Amino acid sequence: MQAANNTAELTKRPWEGTAKAMRILVIEDDKDAASWLVKGLKESGHVVDLAVEGEQGFAMAAEGGHDVLIVDRMLPKMDGLAIIKGLRGAGSKVPILVLSALSDVDERVKGLRAGGDDYLAKPYSFAELLARVEGLGARKLLDPKDAKLHAMDLEMDLLTRTVTRGGKPIILQPREFKLLEFLVRNAGHIVTRTMLLENVWDYHFDPQTNVIDVHVSRLRSKLDKGFAQPLLQTVRGAGYMIRAR
Amino acid sequence: MRVNTKTFRTSTFRLAALYLLFFTLSIWAVLGYIYYNTVSLLERQNEETILADVTGLTDQYRAQGVSGLLDAVNRRIAENPNILIMLADARGEPLGGNLRSPVISSLPDNSWINFAIGAGDNSAPIGHNAHGFNVQFPQGPQMIVGLDVEDMNQFREIIRESLFWALGLAVLMGLGGGFWMSRNFLRRVDAITETSQSIMRGNLSGRMPVIGSGDELDRLAQALNEMLDQIEKLMNGMREVSSNVAHDLKTPLTRLRARAEAALRQKGKTEIHAALQQTLDDCDQLLSTFNALLSITKLESGQQRASLQVLDANDIIADVVDLYAPVAEEGHGILDMDSRPGLQVLAKRELLAQALINLIDNALKYGAGTGGAAHINVRGEKQGDEVVITVGDKGQGIAEKDRERVLQRFVRLDESRSKPGNGLGLSLVFSVVNFLGGKLVLADNRPGLKAELRLPLVRPLN
Repeated sequence: MQAANNTAELTKRPWEGTAKAMRILVIEDDKDAASWLVKGLKESGHVVDLAVEGEQGFAMAAEGGHDVLIVDRMLPKMDGLAIIKGLRGAGSKVPILVLSALSDVDERVKGLRAGGDDYLAKPYSFAELLARVEGLGARKLLDPKDAKLHAMDLEMDLLTRTVTRGGKPIILQPREFKLLEFLVRNAGHIVTRTMLLENVWDYHFDPQTNVIDVHVSRLRSKLDKGFAQPLLQTVRGAGYMIRAR
Repeated sequence: MRVNTKTFRTSTFRLAALYLLFFTLSIWAVLGYIYYNTVSLLERQNEETILADVTGLTDQYRAQGVSGLLDAVNRRIAENPNILIMLADARGEPLGGNLRSPVISSLPDNSWINFAIGAGDNSAPIGHNAHGFNVQFPQGPQMIVGLDVEDMNQFREIIRESLFWALGLAVLMGLGGGFWMSRNFLRRVDAITETSQSIMRGNLSGRMPVIGSGDELDRLAQALNEMLDQIEKLMNGMREVSSNVAHDLKTPLTRLRARAEAALRQKGKTEIHAALQQTLDDCDQLLSTFNALLSITKLESGQQRASLQVLDANDIIADVVDLYAPVAEEGHGILDMDSRPGLQVLAKRELLAQALINLIDNALKYGAGTGGAAHINVRGEKQGDEVVITVGDKGQGIAEKDRERVLQRFVRLDESRSKPGNGLGLSLVFSVVNFLGGKLVLADNRPGLKAELRLPLVRPLN
């Protein structure tokens, strides 16, 4: 692949992953879909277990030891939401990504209410899924109660709502602050446009124009102005990433 | 006789028959009451008069014997020529009075009797019926005191006859009326049945006959017609959509197939990679078209109405403008907002936002003015019972003749199709507004297009 002129752009392929290796359990009955999923996750450097029906999946998940679960909603023998409720009822806190052919917002709410941490409608792009899974796996490392977030030489104070980079203050609009907060919380991991739209704007459809890109490029110009080292990077075909260190 | 038995089986006829039964019973009750109160009153009065005379004459006989009785009888007859009295000895030979013909010895003693007036009886026409009391004095004469009851009997006959006539007429008219009404009713029901059968055979444009009387059948027919209009519209929409879908999906699929085929012939890894990337983009485009179609279908089916809640449209406008203003500015355009809080509507945030985004997206694509930059204004306001959200641009606008057509699925006025889009944007807006019980109005912004979402205002409960 040709190196782009933009130095902020990673030349790495999205499916190569950005996180340290995780142990992932996939519960999916569609054999084809499952094999692509497992292959992709393995290529991204993760260890993957596969269950092809609900009861087996529940038993494997209950043993514990996984960093993330990927659970299809409609499964033979035991429904995906029943698995999640069962695990949460037993006190498991493992991050769970729900996969479903039902894309409606109401269905999504149902999935999250059952105890899922994220919801992805089929058909999905693998880059999207990987970004979400790695984001979920890393989430537990961060303490949500931290008042200050750091990424490279950037510091965000969530109480005073101020941002400084290299000690120099950066003035942000409230929405830009929220956008940056989400990126920094996921520092070191790819964040997709859909994830940003969901988490920063709370919309669950794909916008027809490059809306998110415009917002990100505005934020980037504020963050990187006067700094040699770009902080906010574009990952081609996947999304954006802020470097952790 | 098929029609006849059918007529008798209609609910109207049954109703008429039931009414008839009650009507007849009440007529009988009324006439019976009149009959009892007139005829029997007269009868009782007659008997009282007779008994009074019998008592008086008996007293005379006890006091003054046969001769005194005879005098009293004559006096009584002179006083009241209507009274009929026969006085006879123990053998039955007449002693006095104005009555001769009854054979007194053959009549039961001391009881009420009926007899006919015969020849030799003066003061009353021969043949009239009389009612009287036959007295047998102990070891003495016999006496009949009576009255001519012919008039009363006739009156009774009249009442009795009118009773039967009334009954007969009521039954006859009731049956006739019921039959007529049911036949009328049946004719209209038959017309409705026939129309529905013709519709079932595929003639969707058929409509129930409405005669304009505004009665139940008319209202039913009207309701059915409205339903048929709706169904016809849906069916036509469906037909059109199916053919449009087939057509509009065929083009990208053809392209996709051609690209895949060309990629197969490629040797270089880079070219294959690029072709695959293109293929993926095409697939995403197709998927987003499908998703939009599914959303529209779901909205039109009217499901998920339960998930609506009262929201301030102002918040949604603000959010969407916040999301899109930078996009407009990127193209050196302007997206500004003119709205205040307090625009309560029953909606779903996601849906209303999607509708607004589609309108803004269109304005960004087609709303550029002469300078090439879009100037878009989003306004939210209350107008009477409505919340009106207007998205206005300064572009080419939409010609009046196209304003209805452009709401249909897959219709794109941009024939060159130079801008990205699937022709479903406005259709989705239209479905959302319909789903929320509002109206979508496309108007001239002089210059440009003005799209108004008119939603019912939700007033606070107190």
